[in-house]
Amino acid sequence: MVRIDAGGLHYKVLNEKIWEAVDSGEKEIVLDNVCGQRYIGAGIKSRDIKIEINGVPGNDLGAFMDGPTIIVNSNCQDGTGNTMNDGKIIINGDCGDILGFSMRGGQIYVKGNAGYRVGIHMKSYKDNFPVLVIGGFVRDFLGEYMAGGILIVLGLEKDRDGKVIGNFVKTGMHGGEIFIRGEIEERQIGEKTEDLLATEEDLLRIEPYVKEYCELFKYDYAEIMNEKFYKLKPLTHRPYGRLYAY
Amino acid sequence: MAKTRTPPEFILERDDYKCIRCLVCVRVCSYGANFYDEKENRVYTENSKCVGCHFCEAVCPTEAITVKRNKFDIKPSAHWTSEELFDVIKQAETGGILLTSMGNDKPQFNYFDRLVLNASQVTNPSIDPLREPMEIRTYLGKKDAYLEIFEENESQVILKTEVSQQLKLEIPVMFSAMSYGSISLNAIKSLARAAETMGTFFNTGEGGLHKDLKRFGKNMIVQCASGRFGVDIDYLNSGAAVEIKIGQGAKPGIGGHLPGEKVTEAISETRMIPVGTDAISPAPHHDIYSIEDLRQLIFAIKEATRYKKPVGVKIAAVHNVAAIASGIVRAGADFVTIDGIRGGTGATPKITRDHVGIPIEFAIAVVDQRLREEGIRHMASVVVAGGIRKSADVVKAIALGADAVYIGTTALVSLGCHLCQRCYLGKCNWGIATQDPKLVKRLNPEIGARRASNLLKAWTLEIKEILGGMGINAIESLRGNREVLRGVGLNERELQILGIKAAGEAW
Ligand code: SF4
Ligand code: SF4
Repeated sequence: MVRIDAGGLHYKVLNEKIWEAVDSGEKEIVLDNVCGQRYIGAGIKSRDIKIEINGVPGNDLGAFMDGPTIIVNSNCQDGTGNTMNDGKIIINGDCGDILGFSMRGGQIYVKGNAGYRVGIHMKSYKDNFPVLVIGGFVRDFLGEYMAGGILIVLGLEKDRDGKVIGNFVKTGMHGGEIFIRGEIEERQIGEKTEDLLATEEDLLRIEPYVKEYCELFKYDYAEIMNEKFYKLKPLTHRPYGRLYAY
Repeated sequence: MAKTRTPPEFILERDDYKCIRCLVCVRVCSYGANFYDEKENRVYTENSKCVGCHFCEAVCPTEAITVKRNKFDIKPSAHWTSEELFDVIKQAETGGILLTSMGNDKPQFNYFDRLVLNASQVTNPSIDPLREPMEIRTYLGKKDAYLEIFEENESQVILKTEVSQQLKLEIPVMFSAMSYGSISLNAIKSLARAAETMGTFFNTGEGGLHKDLKRFGKNMIVQCASGRFGVDIDYLNSGAAVEIKIGQGAKPGIGGHLPGEKVTEAISETRMIPVGTDAISPAPHHDIYSIEDLRQLIFAIKEATRYKKPVGVKIAAVHNVAAIASGIVRAGADFVTIDGIRGGTGATPKITRDHVGIPIEFAIAVVDQRLREEGIRHMASVVVAGGIRKSADVVKAIALGADAVYIGTTALVSLGCHLCQRCYLGKCNWGIATQDPKLVKRLNPEIGARRASNLLKAWTLEIKEILGGMGINAIESLRGNREVLRGVGLNERELQILGIKAAGEAW
């Protein structure tokens, strides 16, 4: 294990230190006094590297990352998991906007809430299957352009208006599934909610992820599942199918 | 009401006397335009199916075929051309957006042809490129304002300044971004090999990387667009540079999408999306809503690739292009690519292709001017695209202020494209804009590579010839040297924006 004191370091210097540690074969890297440094873990390709972050990391945490596990012991800023391919990010706090943007694989667990445009353009391919679990509430544009993977909002905390999701959910969505625990309204998702209740079978699919969330952040699984879940799907896989004159 | 019949755009004339009934034309046409009537033993053509690609004409062994444009004469009207008429009819029938391909085909956007070059006469000698060395090698990337020397002794100089990564081009012409999906693998392979032979670069476009192309990494620029298709860390590291695509000249401001039926097994693999799903590139990158955000992505890529790859940003030429380019340079891009209104594409709404953006000539002039005025011209190279058809266009673009150019349509024409503008149908008879294995086979990558290389070889000779004629022996001395240009038939304001004088004006 190696500890790096990130206090006062520019991101370029800090990240170079991380690369050096990775190059020298370190598997466990602990960063202390992190304060807004961007791109931590960006582009690292290896399944057995673990980075623990004390302090608040900056934007694009784990961008283009392929394999490592990142544990953040506080909140996170914007763009976490941007175009991430594989690996795991665990956030013991809240998260900013565009969480999991264009993510193609791996998993992100957020204990608390997340900002706007969460899971935008997430996509899956073959073995790559992205999963995003948010414990609290999220803001507008959840799952916009979503093309694959699973997005779970547990709603353990609600926003000021008592909502667990914002408006304009799943605009342009053409693949994947969004699970929401708690109440949603038609005007938030643009379609009637009645037929959207998740089935037993659906819930079985998300069981491993919710269980992992509970283990990570010490919640009671049975209690969480003892509430209704809605499942949102794309209205069509071909949103642009009938737009053109050939 | 009777359905309006749109008359065929092309008429195929077959000289029955010459036709030997070999039926090649029947077999080759992917649109099924030609057919054989056994009873009559004659070959016919359903003209309405002909797109005017001239493939059958090229392969007919007896030259029996002539494809001609159908002069469908409507009552002459300067306002209502037949194109306008048929567009309305088509929309009345389908209710859809008109699609088209390739670049803007309207005459009013071409300014290169209204620029003329200078030559030496008496007072300054011209140079014979066959006798004297001519330098057209070009380096793309950030040039440092000054160099700090660490140590200097008799044998060596050690630089303290960490010099930025550069792309070395033996000729300032690269093949522009065309994705696997929009064109065939054989077409890309042709260009990749030609780039390798000629010491320049091809661009993967936004469709990811086919495994067969990995070995061309040294001559490859990989693109990262809003859909992030096929973008992972291996992809970013596989080329010599990364280009962030914000926009393109044929469709500024709008995203793109590859319809599900074109996402075949092989395409799905490079784009990293399931077979048969629409591949949607949203109009904006959702992590970029400002220059600051753009900087964030530029540095995310630089960080992820450990500062080993120059990162460029491609935009369409729009009204505010100079200020945007300045922002891009300040955001840390190593090169800025600007694509003008004549830039080509595999598929775009016609309304966007024909009406949005500005001609590249103006964009080059104002961007170069602006970057110079701000003292940041050295901080990034300027690559331009959108309407470069010949070496003269390259010379004029560089004289206006570009460092290098991209060619897309012209490169495809060298591979056989006849500009039928139907790439979006995916049935290209020339094996270019198609994924149908039967059609793709028609384009042999070795022959294609030779043809594309030949084009660049010819241009190399011509560029040297024209430089020599001006008494210039290095392309460096041409860059931004607008004194070598004069305008013909341009109004004062246009001359002023282009920063050139009118023909007849001396120094
Ligand atoms: S290719 Fe030429 S010779 Fe052969 S059938 Fe067609 S028109 Fe006749
Ligand atoms: S690439 Fe093919 S389909 Fe596209 S314009 Fe050229 S000949 Fe036509």
